[in-house]
Amino acid sequence: MQEQKFEPRLVGFLCTWCSYTGADLAGTARMAYAPNLRIIRVMCSGRVDPQFVLKAFREGADGVLISGCHLGDCHYKEGNYKALRRHRLLVRVLEQLGIEPERFRLEWVSAAEGVKFQQVCNEFTEQIRKLGPLNINGGKHEQRQA
Amino acid sequence: MNNGKRITIDPITRLEGHGKIEIFLDDKGDVDRAILQVPELKGFEQFAVGRPVEEMPRITPRICGVCPTAHHMASTKAVDAVFHVQPAPTGRKIRELIYNTFMMEDHTLHFFFLGGPDFVVGPQAPKAERNILGVIGKVGLEIGGQVIKIRRECRDIISYLGGKVIHPVCGLPGGVSKGLDEEHRVKFLEVAKAAVDFALFALKIFDDVVLKNKEYVDLVVSDAFTIKTYYMGLVDDKNKVNFYDGDVRIVTPEGKEFAKFKPHQYLDHIAEHVESWTYMKFPFLKKVGWKGFVDGKDSGVYRVAPLARLNASDGMATPKAQAEYERMYSVLGGKPVHNTLAFHWARLIEALQAAEAMVQLLEDKTITDPNIRTIPTAVPDEGVGIVEAPRGVLIHHYKTDPKGIMTEANLIVATVGNAAAINMSIEKAAKAFIKGGKVSDGLLNMAEMGFRAYDPCHACGTHALPGEMPLIINIYDRQRNLVRRLSR
Amino acid sequence: MSSAKPKVAFYWCASCGGCEESIVDLAEDILKVVAAVDIVFWPVALDFKRSDVEAMPDGSIAVTFINGAVRLSEQEEMVKLLRRKSQMIVAHGSCAHMGGIPGLGNFWNRETIFRRAYLTTPSTDNAQGVVPLEKSVVDGKELHLPSFYDTVLALDQVIDVDYYLPGCAPPRDLILGAVTAILEGKLPPKGSVLSPNKSECDECDRNDSKPEKLEIKEIKRPWEVFLDPKVCFLAQGVICLGPATRTGCGQRCITANMPCRGCFGPTDQVLDQGAKFLSAFASILATNDEKEIDKIVQTIVDPAGTFYRFSLPHSILRRKRLEAVK
Repeated sequence: MQEQKFEPRLVGFLCTWCSYTGADLAGTARMAYAPNLRIIRVMCSGRVDPQFVLKAFREGADGVLISGCHLGDCHYKEGNYKALRRHRLLVRVLEQLGIEPERFRLEWVSAAEGVKFQQVCNEFTEQIRKLGPLNINGGKHEQRQA
Repeated sequence: MNNGKRITIDPITRLEGHGKIEIFLDDKGDVDRAILQVPELKGFEQFAVGRPVEEMPRITPRICGVCPTAHHMASTKAVDAVFHVQPAPTGRKIRELIYNTFMMEDHTLHFFFLGGPDFVVGPQAPKAERNILGVIGKVGLEIGGQVIKIRRECRDIISYLGGKVIHPVCGLPGGVSKGLDEEHRVKFLEVAKAAVDFALFALKIFDDVVLKNKEYVDLVVSDAFTIKTYYMGLVDDKNKVNFYDGDVRIVTPEGKEFAKFKPHQYLDHIAEHVESWTYMKFPFLKKVGWKGFVDGKDSGVYRVAPLARLNASDGMATPKAQAEYERMYSVLGGKPVHNTLAFHWARLIEALQAAEAMVQLLEDKTITDPNIRTIPTAVPDEGVGIVEAPRGVLIHHYKTDPKGIMTEANLIVATVGNAAAINMSIEKAAKAFIKGGKVSDGLLNMAEMGFRAYDPCHACGTHALPGEMPLIINIYDRQRNLVRRLSR
Repeated sequence: MSSAKPKVAFYWCASCGGCEESIVDLAEDILKVVAAVDIVFWPVALDFKRSDVEAMPDGSIAVTFINGAVRLSEQEEMVKLLRRKSQMIVAHGSCAHMGGIPGLGNFWNRETIFRRAYLTTPSTDNAQGVVPLEKSVVDGKELHLPSFYDTVLALDQVIDVDYYLPGCAPPRDLILGAVTAILEGKLPPKGSVLSPNKSECDECDRNDSKPEKLEIKEIKRPWEVFLDPKVCFLAQGVICLGPATRTGCGQRCITANMPCRGCFGPTDQVLDQGAKFLSAFASILATNDEKEIDKIVQTIVDPAGTFYRFSLPHSILRRKRLEAVK
């Protein structure tokens, strides 16, 4: 039985105008970044419904990232402000439900910031690796005490 | 040592959730032990933690859907205490109106639909008649319609002021959320007056049909249905029965005052005992001690609810009810009365006081004053709220952090005050009627009657159609083979 | 004696009994219902034997109304039995629908709940640390209690549910409407909630009082301010779950001048009521300054317990992570 290093499973919601493009930039520039983040492209960080975040955790994600345009630069003007407010409130709810605030992260990455994307990706992966797997309810829903 | 036979009564009803009675016989076939198991716990005392304290009056009524108003009121008073605020005078009057209306409709419902049928139709009547239909048969169809009508009208008052009658919402620290206007005051006053007439009428039925029936009176005063315990109830500053507020008073089995304390002192007097075979706890008097399921002056077992409240007081707070109170004690031979079946009588006397209180409150025009709330200013910390639920003393005790978020909750819930006594009453009835291994049909009825007198929490409105409480009695021999089954 | 009358049954799990009362509150109308059906059991009122239910042919009960959440082994067994014996199961009330108030137990587990109830409450006198046991022996006699789960479950997390009657407790008109629809065979598609698919705001009297752009500058708890009986609660800064809650209750709580706490559950299009409300509420907070946002969010007390007041077991995460419960 070999000891396998824990590989975090991370989900990232990236807005198409800024963050997704920034991530693309990191890719085309052949920057090495942790492969743990599964990217889902959305039109705007304000599109991210809290239900998506919860579903990701429920389906086995150890960490969830939302990344959007810098404040003031949102393609739809206010979308990222909504994302910011939702993030701050959802972090508190997650905490009450036993999920550490570090697991749910909000970042602003512009289309030109390939380097930042690389940093965020690597940092997040290592941070969650240290925290360990979320292992929500042992993978199933406990009904009875053993 | 399991020497003999075992009888299981499963399920029993009229308890929140389910209940099971286990009866153990000795070698001679007489009853050795009877145990009532309550297989239900929800955990409100734990999941209250973390909730904003002002939400507790909206959460705790879900402990019981039959007496949610009792929990709502005890909780609201506890929140008052946590915030160190007194309710605005009109806010208090509205709360008292809601509360007395609730006591009135809950008590009369019990009499006509639940406990009453045993009395009104008689213990020997065929079971098909021991229900509301049998009652109607005895007293007339018109009366039956009136029962349903008065219940609905009372509940409409609570709905109007409290939002919903099942789980009212209007309680806030320092008052209530909604006021009463003149139009509704006048309308509700008519309902209140009808309620007084109806309560008097119920007492008359009790008199005609129960007290004039010697066989039934013998049952009431029989030893099988008598236990001599301490009694506990809320009283006002004149030691008269009060449902909404007051001090807690305890009297000994001989009727002498044993203690009188303010709500926040309850921990000096009441403790709860735990057994491994039931989820329900057993409150007892700390200063006497837990001596087991026994009655008497040396045992800390006490009783609550109508008969206990009347025993623990020096009288009723309203005139017509007071007259009935005096009559009851005169007929039953003085205070205190230990006969369990007298709970039914005391219950009707309380309904009358509740109705009279409704009239008093609604005749006071200041109840339409718009000043129904005082906004708290103190930092919240800890508080206790006590009311008399129909089924007994109800205690809500909350502790919060300085932001008013719950850190701890302790609840002592009405019926639980009678838990030990109910066990004892069932055992006594069982011992009286099961002898030499023979289980008479009378047992089933008698066990039901002893249990039902307490109106244990969760009395759903409809009694038997057809009039029976479901009981299975299984009799096992020593090899746990089913020897005989009685059921109905 | 007509044997063509449909057989109807009622059962209750982890329930306060309010849903049973809601049937009684049909008052005079109950007689019409009783005349049209054959009530084969109702544990709280009729002769109920589990063995009788077991003896019934599968599918012989036309409709069974089950209220209460599932948190004991006995309840799980009974609802599974009833599912076999019934053609249709209606989840009656918030607890059966979504877990209800007992669902708040999902912030905890069996151990913490028992510890509080039987060991640490200030009035409990229990130096020996006695706790209720599934099996205990008293004077040589063996007694059993059903086992108590860590997690509270909504009914559809245990059995297949045909329809939902929402509310805590469901209002009279809704129950009558549902029973009539069942008797007349005029039901919506299976799995429907038997109440209109619109939010509270749609039917609320205070809707017109909302400003053009609803913005919350400061959040107020209901005890902190005088509540204006004519103005939308959100416009007053008081949290009201109306936008995320299905209508059909007649806005009973709002009429009593208290904000909605969501007992009817969400509309059809929503999976997780609490998350949807969070999204909507965050959207109307009136600030774009990061520091101000942090400040105002901190003033919201108990967000999870407020947004999920009735629906925690039905939410996407269902409960607080067991490993994190202390």
